[in-house]
Parts: sequence; C-alpha cells; structure tokens
Amino acid sequence: MRPNLPPLALHVPEPRFRPGDPVDFAEVVIPPADAARRPDTSAQPAEFHELAYTLVRVLDEDNQAVGAWNPRLAPEVLRRMLRSMARTRAFDERMFRAQRQGKTSFYMKCTGEEAVAVAATLALDRDDMCFPSYRQQGILLTRDYPLVEMMNQIYSNRGDPLHGKQLPIMYSSKDTGFFSISGNLTTQYPQAVGWAMASAAKGDTRIAAAWCGEGSTAEGDFHSACTFAAVYRAPVIFNVVNNQWAISSFSGFAGAEATTFAARAIGYGIAGLRVDGNDALAVYAATRWAAERARTNQGPTLIEHFTYRAEGHSTSDDPSQYRSAEEATAWPLGDPIARLKAHLVAIGEWDDERHAAMDREVAEEVRAAQKEAEKNGVLGHGLHQPLDSLFDGVFEEMPWHLREQQAQMLAEEAASGRPWARK
Amino acid sequence: MNMIQAINSALEVMMARDPDVIVMGEDVGYFGGVFRATAGLQKKFGKTRVFDTPITETGIVGVAIGMGAYGLRPVPEIQFADYIYPALDQLVSEAARLRYRSNGDFTAPITVRSPFGGGIFGGQTHSQSPEGIFTHVSGIKTVIPSTPYDAKGLLIAAIEDNDPVLFFEPKRIYNGPFDGHWDRPAKSWAGHPAATVPTGYYRVPLGKAAVARAGEALTILAYGTMVHVCQSVVEEAGIDAEILDLRTLVPLDIEAIEASVKKTGRCMIVHEATRTSGFGAELSALVQERCFYHLEAPIERVTGFDTPYPHSLEWAYFPGPVRIGEALKKVMRT
Repeated sequence: MRPNLPPLALHVPEPRFRPGDPVDFAEVVIPPADAARRPDTSAQPAEFHELAYTLVRVLDEDNQAVGAWNPRLAPEVLRRMLRSMARTRAFDERMFRAQRQGKTSFYMKCTGEEAVAVAATLALDRDDMCFPSYRQQGILLTRDYPLVEMMNQIYSNRGDPLHGKQLPIMYSSKDTGFFSISGNLTTQYPQAVGWAMASAAKGDTRIAAAWCGEGSTAEGDFHSACTFAAVYRAPVIFNVVNNQWAISSFSGFAGAEATTFAARAIGYGIAGLRVDGNDALAVYAATRWAAERARTNQGPTLIEHFTYRAEGHSTSDDPSQYRSAEEATAWPLGDPIARLKAHLVAIGEWDDERHAAMDREVAEEVRAAQKEAEKNGVLGHGLHQPLDSLFDGVFEEMPWHLREQQAQMLAEEAASGRPWARK
Repeated sequence: MNMIQAINSALEVMMARDPDVIVMGEDVGYFGGVFRATAGLQKKFGKTRVFDTPITETGIVGVAIGMGAYGLRPVPEIQFADYIYPALDQLVSEAARLRYRSNGDFTAPITVRSPFGGGIFGGQTHSQSPEGIFTHVSGIKTVIPSTPYDAKGLLIAAIEDNDPVLFFEPKRIYNGPFDGHWDRPAKSWAGHPAATVPTGYYRVPLGKAAVARAGEALTILAYGTMVHVCQSVVEEAGIDAEILDLRTLVPLDIEAIEASVKKTGRCMIVHEATRTSGFGAELSALVQERCFYHLEAPIERVTGFDTPYPHSLEWAYFPGPVRIGEALKKVMRT
C-alpha cells in the first residue's frame, strides 16, 4: 500500500429503509402523467435516452387518462382489464391461504404487480408466445386458462396437467401461449429470442414476450438474450419487472443505484421504455407499442416496469426481516387495481357497488374452482399419479436403464408391505 | 469422405429433407466453420437457415431451445467442447428437463455438435473430453462417432431424434484414423472401409454399439479416437481382443457390452477424459454388476490423468499405445 494515497473503500449497497424505519419515498422521482413523448415505432434505439430514464405514465392525479401514451381503450376493455387483475389477486389470496392450510408446499403471490402481466397480455395477440418468470400468473388468468387447472398444478393432484412433476406455480400451457416455467432464473430470455427468431425465419406473424425480475437481469442469460435480440432484430419484447426486491436484496444489488434497467437496452441497440408498472394503461400502451414495433420488423423492445413487490417473495419468505413494513403502503405509485378502478369511476363507467359486486364474483369463482380442484386431491393426501409415471417423459422413449429403475421401484413398493395407495 | 465431409453431408441431407432444420453457431455461416464442417451450407440454404452467432454459448443453446419450442429442429455448434460450460445451465436445467417438467407440453429437439478430445496439441482449452458431465444428466443423449460412416448416420439419427442430443466429434480423427503413434506420419481416411459414405440419406441408430474388432481374449470398451488407438495396440500386441465402439453413451448398448464381456471374461475401458468420475467409472460399475461371475480379472480403466490437459506434455498425458499396452498385459496376466 502506498502511504501517500487515501485508502480505497468498497461500496456495498444498502437499501434506504430496514425493519422499523419510517419510510419516505420522496427521492423516487415521479414525472407528470403526460410528460413522456411517444416516438414512432420505427425510431432508432439511440433516440430512447430520456424515455429510458423517465416513466411512461397515463393515469394522472385526477385519475384521468392523459398524454401521448393514452391508449384510448373502450370502457369494456378497461373493465375486462380490471376484472383480470381482481381475479389474479383473488386467486393469489386463496392459494396463499391454501399453502398456509397445508394443502400445498409452496406459493408465490404477485400482489401489486398485477398490471404488469394482465395489461401486457391484453396488448398482445392470443397466439403470441409468452416466456414468463414465476410471477406472471396474470397471463394465464387473462387468457382464461381454467383456474381449476392452475390449482390442480398447485396441488400436484390427479388433475395436474404436469402430473406432479413440477413445483407448484411452475405452470406450462403451450395452447395458452405460456412457456414452461423453470426454476432457473432468466433462462427463458434467450429461449424467447430463439422462439421469436424462429417465427421471423419462418415468415410467421407471431411475436414473443419474456419477463424477468430486476434481480434476474444480473444473470448472464440476460446479456446473451439482449445481444441476440439486437443482432437479429428479433420480434421480442423483454419485460423487466422492477419490483425493487429480489427476495431480501434490494434493486441496488442488480445495479439500480447507478442506472435504470430500461437504460440497459440502449447499450445493446434495443428500444428501452421505463413504465409506471402500477398504471395498467401505461403498461398496455407500452406493450402495444413494442408489439407493433416487433410485428413490423423494427426489432426488440425492453420495457422496465417500475413497481413494488407488495408482499413476501414467496410463502417461504418473511419480508419483515429485511425491509420496513411501511414500504408497501408508502409506495408512491399506489396500487394498480385501485388506480384503474378510480379511473373507471372518474370517467363514469364504474362505481363502488359494481366494484364490490365484481370482487364478490371473482372471490366466488375462485372459491368454486378451489372446491372443484380439491376433488382431485391436495398435496400429501395419498398418491395422485401412478407410481411408475415418475419415469415418463425423461426421454420420448424410455431407455433400458430407466425401465430397470422403474421395475426396481415397483419391486420396492411390493416388498415394503406398505404399498402406496394407487388411484 | 473424411469425417468432416461426412458431417457436412449429414447436415446437407437433413437440411434438404426438412425445412425446419437450421444450423447456427460461431463462424458456421459464411466462413463454413473453423473445421469446415458447415462449408457451403449457407450458400445452398440461405442465411435464415445457416447463420453466424454472437460469441455466447449460453445464448446459442438457449436460442436453439426456443427455436425447438417453436417447432424447428436446430443444430447449434459449440466451437470446442471446452467452451460448452457457459451453456451448461441451458443444457442441464432447460434442454434436458423441458419434456419432463412440462409433461411433454414442450420439447427440445436440438442437436448440439461440438468438436472434442485431444491429440492435437490443443492444450488446456482445445482438448477436453467433457462427456462424463453430460452422461450424468438425465434427459440428454450423448453420441460420439469414430468413423466417417458412423458420423453421418449418427448425426442424421441425432437430428431426427426428438430429445436433446450432444454430438461430440473427435477432432483428432476428422482427417484420418489416428492410431496413437504421434511420432509417425498421420494417416488419412482414404482407403479405410468406413470412409465409404453414401451421399444420400441413411441412419445409424442411436443406442447401438458396433464391434470394431471381433475377438475372444478380452473386451475393450472405447469410443471416439480411442477406438482406433486400441485397434492399433491390439494388432501390435497380437492379442485377440474384441473392441466395442460404444458410439452412444446414453442410452448405452448394455446388451452388446454384457454379451461381449460374458464371452471374453475380461474387460478394459479406455477413454481420453480424466479418470475420476469419468464415464469409465459408470462402465466399470455396470460390467461389475452384470458380469461379475464371468470376470477372470479386475476391470481395467485406461484414461487421461486427473489433471488439466497439458500442452507440452501431451503425449505423456494422452492414453496412447504405451499406457494401453501396459494395461492390456495387466488384464491378460491375471
């Protein structure tokens, strides 16, 4: 060490609030709803600098839809959006409770982030392929995938479309345009690019959309995907759901102290938008814009959805151990459902009674679905799949070594004197 | 044809037969690959079916998986097997599990081609044999040809297979059947019976071993370059060994192995890869479990040493005629 120089200091990021701290989000800059310009979908990536550092917003303080990004949606579309978000929240509430009741091993809510999946899905076409992470259940709910099927998967029961092979919430539905969820973060990003490249190579008209959290942008696959997407101008939309938290690590550990996630796009030569993720109309408008850009061969878009993870990371997490309990209520962008509701009320297309009735209806729908799903069993209550199905699907055809192991397992069961109950 | 030409021919045949077959990787497009395996394909089939990629192995395999999910049949190339590790997550966590985790909803019908193995003064990162890493992963098939004829037929079968296949090409024998005698002039494939390769379509089935040399005295289990090295050692020693060229490691042709070892009563396993937890350990365990009462001597493993692949000491590291010859004597002595 040279004595004439001051010692170096290692910077380790620290969130502003820890448990028990009073919360003041005054430093979070929220520009006015009509501030962001809306470029042409053919604009060059270099023209997105200020859009990558501001927030695209539509709903203003008076709950009116304003500015260049106002998608001017018909009231029935707005109501459908609201209902999908409400269904998603009701589903989350019910399944979270089911986990606490011991009916399944695991669950993850998306509370506060409903707009990110629901509004984006409404802006895509039904046959566009989504490559979600584990917190976009709103896609399935918006595309009217049956609630009972989702619950069957969560319960790993007789009706589970994945035959009990996957952890709860790792859904898969090709027919719904919902790619198989993996536990490994951001692996779906280059896969989405590949799907989009294939669509382009085949002269198809479908596009792909991928989601990951801000924490996952630190994975190498994020970089690979952005590079590939830019190089081949892949018709793909990258959604980065910046909900401020990756389990217990605040967004600073993914680089947020120094820049925005939308700004990362510009270095790759990708259009970058930063959007108020709790403003369903802004999410819809940005997705619609990016879809149009992709569909006209103008290339990929990265959308940072600025939002807040209002609840714990999962049923295995206790956020009170690492962040202030006040954060969720103090979050300056509010709640996406409350904001869309207020907008519909403000334009005279909704009221408290209708909202309360809708909440009752979706709660009843979810309750009925749960009753139906539980007829197929819940986790841990007996065996719901044939024992030998454990070996199905490793390969298209079962090779000899798996057949041998399968026979061994069945022999063990027979020898145990305590055969698994077969259904 | 040499092995490069056979591989090139397999790609050309499959691209002509199936419009969903696409080829991608670093330098595979206009240039035709650093080993020329994809030469001429872009010119013939166009840039949307044969194209260069950015230098990102995880991107190459991840993108291929997405293309497979769309419905294509991608054949990505990893320039050297030593550089497959950045793609390990995509191969192990994604390609290998996609069918299982989605209960068949999505599949990954991809064939990852990659030159592997040593004997070319490739040093630490142009010589490795990482097959044992992948044979440990359920859901991936691992294929290693040793002749031009097999290379073409196996590659066609791999591309047609609906499961992910790792296709490791022993680059030491791209141009000729290397017998381990590094100090003698290199041989070419010319005149070798397995260098007569049909120009059209044919398959060599996955999961089937080939008898590279029939014999009665002992069984040698080998694949890739080592098949040729073993053949030469056996001929020079005048021992009537049976050499099984495994060709596919997963799924393995256990019937052929069992039949041969039960006949000969002795077994030697030869691979270039490092010894500890190498594929030879699996082979040895299987033979011991299934042929124990037929064995007249301990199973011998001849492998690379448990060190990174060296540059200047290559021929001390490489399991060549001397090491294999000594092991042969040991197995036959007992």
